[in-house]
Amino acid sequence: MAHSGINVLFEGTNLTRLLLGMWTTFKIAAVAIIIGLIIGVILGILRTFHNPILRFILRIYLEFFRIVPTVVLLFLFYYILPRQMNLHMPGTQVATLVFALWVAAEMSDIVRGALISVPIHQKESGLAIGLNRFQLYRYVLVPQAVQLELPATINLVTRVIKTTSLLMLISVMDVVNIGQQIVEANNQKYPTGVFWIYGLIFLLYFLIDYPLSWWAGRLEKKRLEQANGE
Amino acid sequence: MKHKLLVKLVALVGIIASITLILAGCGSSSSSSADSNNPSSVEKIKKRGTIRVAVFGDLPPYGWVNKDGKRVGYDITLARRIAKDLNVKLKFVQVNANNRVDALNSNKVDIVLANFTVTPERKDVVDFAKAYMKVSVGVVSPKDNPITKVDQLKGKNLIVTKGTTAENYFTSKQKDVDLLKFDSKTQQFNALKNNRGVALADDNSYLYAWVKNNPTYTVGIKNIGPNQYISPAVKKGNKSLLNWTNKEIKKLNKQSFFTDDYNSQLKPYFGDEVKPSDIILPQK
Repeated sequence: MAHSGINVLFEGTNLTRLLLGMWTTFKIAAVAIIIGLIIGVILGILRTFHNPILRFILRIYLEFFRIVPTVVLLFLFYYILPRQMNLHMPGTQVATLVFALWVAAEMSDIVRGALISVPIHQKESGLAIGLNRFQLYRYVLVPQAVQLELPATINLVTRVIKTTSLLMLISVMDVVNIGQQIVEANNQKYPTGVFWIYGLIFLLYFLIDYPLSWWAGRLEKKRLEQANGE
Repeated sequence: MKHKLLVKLVALVGIIASITLILAGCGSSSSSSADSNNPSSVEKIKKRGTIRVAVFGDLPPYGWVNKDGKRVGYDITLARRIAKDLNVKLKFVQVNANNRVDALNSNKVDIVLANFTVTPERKDVVDFAKAYMKVSVGVVSPKDNPITKVDQLKGKNLIVTKGTTAENYFTSKQKDVDLLKFDSKTQQFNALKNNRGVALADDNSYLYAWVKNNPTYTVGIKNIGPNQYISPAVKKGNKSLLNWTNKEIKKLNKQSFFTDDYNSQLKPYFGDEVKPSDIILPQK
């Protein structure tokens, strides 16, 4: 076992460092997702209003964050905007901001889609009993939309967690970046170490993402069963 | 009427965002050159009490992280010495080969000590101090199918890392060679091992070290193109830190700091193929 690649994980502080890297990744993703979901829900509701200017602006916002690749967004916010505006944020904050804005954009579309697919008679009944617009959303539309949007939202969350692997571009010491340091430092001693490091990174991402995607599948199934009146 | 206020607020945020984007679209023509607002002058660094240094984290023996999580290497030793002589704390910012210039230009770091080779193109965008090392491009290939002449590479895949001197040289001077480009050193060597290309080009000193640990490969072409120098880089126009760094390197040369640095950091990696004078510049 003297030259088995798995030993690379237990040399010095390697394992602790990888786990700390995963923690950095997880923290950024979690904060971004929470902020993004809150803003996304608000924007999604606003997008169902019939104000053309507002809809136009929000549409542009959505399209911008949906079309521009995350790599480009990270680069833009970390390297280019500070140069123009003299605004400086550490890499982790830039990452959180970019991911939150991205989640908000995607979420706004999910929420909008869910809101308009609540049957029209629900809205009309609400208006008929004299609810104002705020009450209509608060008590009638949003609660019904939440159920419709959950699977898509969880899907979005898993995508965000995976995409954090791009963070090494902006000097954030995430799990992939630290993994690469360890691979390089041990290349001559453990040539097969690379498989174990990336294997562990795979496992860590899997452990976070898989339960989420399983949950999404379950919710979807439950919703279909309910819709079919079982 | 709760939502009216919200609508206005959101509209405002939207407008600010659009302005930001338009500004960003205008390009970098308006970059400031005034010395007074240079956040990386020696004075500002001392006042801040920290120097931010861009380094590699995956390039043994120049800049890497050992098993205890400590940054070590030839470049790192120099970085520590510079921080010590400035009497400030040291903050490492890990970069990749192709974001070294951006890290400087967007004031993310004060100085780059990440095995940065001096080239005319790079001189246009950053200021280089006195050199502390020299290299040239080499080509490594499997021993049982060695590449010893550039002609052998014509029409074949050659592996390089984006943003390196090797990529630059082959793109501009050897147009018949097909390049297979990667983002990091880790990826490029994996590609060579998986036979994605017939050979790999990079700085020769780095290849010597790699070959020592991968004896089935050989540096078939030891030198292509002219000798090149590795220097600390500062942001364009940062006279203050540039002058200080030049004086510092002169001083370190007199103390034969770089010979010691070579012996402690590079020698264990290079083996007998390389002599200190192949890497470091004459010490006065």
